[in-house]
Amino acid sequence: MLDPVTPAPARARRRGAGVAAVLVVAALAALSVFVGVADVSPAALFAGGPDSDAALLLFASRIPRTLAVLLAGAAMAIAGLIMQMIVRNRFVEPGTAGTGESAALGILAVTLLAPGMPLVGKMAVAAVFALAGTALFLAILRRVPSRQIMLVPLVGIMLGGIIGAVTTFLAYRFDLLQTLGTWMTGDFSGVMRGRYEFLWIAAAMVVVAWIAADRFSVAGLGEEFTTNLGLNYGRVVATGLVIIAVITSAVIVTAGMIPFLGLVVPNIVSLVRGDNVRRSLPWVALLGAGFILVCDLIGRLVRFPYEIPLGVVVRTVGAALFLWLLLRRGSRAH
Amino acid sequence: MRTDLAPARAGALAGERMPRRLAARAGALWRHPWARIALAGAIVVVLVGLYLFTDVPGSLDYALKIRGRTVLAMLVVAAAIGASTVVFQTITDNRILTPGIMGFDALYILIQTVVVFVFGSMALATADPATMWIVEMAVMTGFAMLLFRWLFGGRRRAGGAVRSIHLMLLVGIVFGVFFRSLSQWLQRMIDPAEFAVLQDAFFASFSRPDPQLLVFTLVIVALALAALVPLLHVLDVLALGEATAIGLGVRHRAVVTALFGLVAVMVAASTALVGPIMFFGLIVANLAYGLAGSFRHRHVLPLAILLGLVCLVGGQLVLEHLFALQTTLSVIIEFAGGILFLFLVLRKGAR
Repeated sequence: MLDPVTPAPARARRRGAGVAAVLVVAALAALSVFVGVADVSPAALFAGGPDSDAALLLFASRIPRTLAVLLAGAAMAIAGLIMQMIVRNRFVEPGTAGTGESAALGILAVTLLAPGMPLVGKMAVAAVFALAGTALFLAILRRVPSRQIMLVPLVGIMLGGIIGAVTTFLAYRFDLLQTLGTWMTGDFSGVMRGRYEFLWIAAAMVVVAWIAADRFSVAGLGEEFTTNLGLNYGRVVATGLVIIAVITSAVIVTAGMIPFLGLVVPNIVSLVRGDNVRRSLPWVALLGAGFILVCDLIGRLVRFPYEIPLGVVVRTVGAALFLWLLLRRGSRAH
Repeated sequence: MRTDLAPARAGALAGERMPRRLAARAGALWRHPWARIALAGAIVVVLVGLYLFTDVPGSLDYALKIRGRTVLAMLVVAAAIGASTVVFQTITDNRILTPGIMGFDALYILIQTVVVFVFGSMALATADPATMWIVEMAVMTGFAMLLFRWLFGGRRRAGGAVRSIHLMLLVGIVFGVFFRSLSQWLQRMIDPAEFAVLQDAFFASFSRPDPQLLVFTLVIVALALAALVPLLHVLDVLALGEATAIGLGVRHRAVVTALFGLVAVMVAASTALVGPIMFFGLIVANLAYGLAGSFRHRHVLPLAILLGLVCLVGGQLVLEHLFALQTTLSVIIEFAGGILFLFLVLRKGAR
């Protein structure tokens, strides 16, 4: 994108940083493809040819899994960014606004009422539930003085807790607690060809977000301001909510909830690059993908050959970063 | 000014001087906090009586033994949660944040999970409950004290109370999430049979308290309450705000640290006995503020404890007679508490 304001050297520097970041993520992805119990080293691939076990494994399991991790990471980070714009608060994301819990309740409802439903249907129901839950969160926020920065994520977490309590209770009654655990904890170990394709829908949502980025920036300035610029505020917010709900439910149906990613990544990008959404959006997507890839590699290598679910690693690292952001912010801002 | 109600009211009271005077006197009496506490106490006695002596299936002695334990467990929990929540809310100068919302339940579950993970489910069944309990107490109290000292330490207090409360609550919740995720990871490495044993520890249960543990927690909570008694008037001063309290000669930091210690001990004791109860304290404390008709802790604290007992014993009665124990009491309390929390936030926003 050409912008006449930034001087040429700075533009070149920024482009250089972007290329470097893409290369780092690509290298991580390549590494992720070759990590695992079975031998899928380039040497084995070269020796075995296109019909070997190694090649089969590569195309049926390793590459889909790595792609799924990349897409999920980028999409969740973007979902967090959009939610932060809409709510006008730095400390919200789909995991702290009832979105994820609502989606899980939706999947549970489908599992209990229509067990035979195909995965597409499950995802659609989850998305509808996620949309309803997030809309409820926004409705509650309208009545909360939004000046109090820390109160907004609190309300979201509590709402998520209430929805989660209902879900947990139902799961407990119908002996689905362990199944529920798999939705609420992201885990890519079972992702194979045919099981990750939903994430392309999430990727499409990222593209939509990019196209509409400036509108979200404007919406972030408030309803009156948006209306004065001739934008339909309600429509912008609704678009954002749909993007968030679809991304969240696609990720949950494929692998389970990945918490804190959408909260931490946009904050770090904003610390480094400022708050121009259109410019920071590719960075958020890239850093989200890279962050989750690193966590995935940690989870796969730390207790090799066993795996720690990705969601747990992300949650642990994310919680630490979240605490850092909170206390850092808490020592300055009001 | 005549409203539609005026004629009806006049008709109802026409020529009834004596009852009206009585009613006025009763109203004056009802305004006194101790009268309200006595009434709550009477309700508790009635409910406990109903619970102990109705629908006895077999031998009365046996039923009394089992039910007596349940009532005692409820007493421990009501006293610990009620008192600790009110004290906590006074110190932190808010009515929404409670210790139960701060990750204690998650820590408890984590400890239980670690035990099952390391020693197998036999350990939970065979471990000496007293030892288990002391370990749990120490870990939980230690965590709470660290968190309180860290966040309410002098360096971070400068930003004003409101912000640090929200901050602290968020930090507490994030800690809770962290513990929960760790537990989940361990649970997924445990086979389903062992997981089923662990499930019992996830939902607060008053029906099967461990007798030894019951005596233990009773003593601990009684000691903590005894330690609170001389601090009641200090709590009244603390409720006026930090600056005022210091101006009136309260050694704020020392007193607040001591009070936080007592809160941590009480919450840990209750959680160790019956498992996680997140929102119970929120319900009881807010009911007590509304009904006490007094801001003094000598009135609010006992009322909170009694109201806690009313909720627990009454709830158990309703469950057993209406729902035939189709569900656990704690789940209903959690749900109601969550709704109350949102209501409080909404009402605050509306004002």
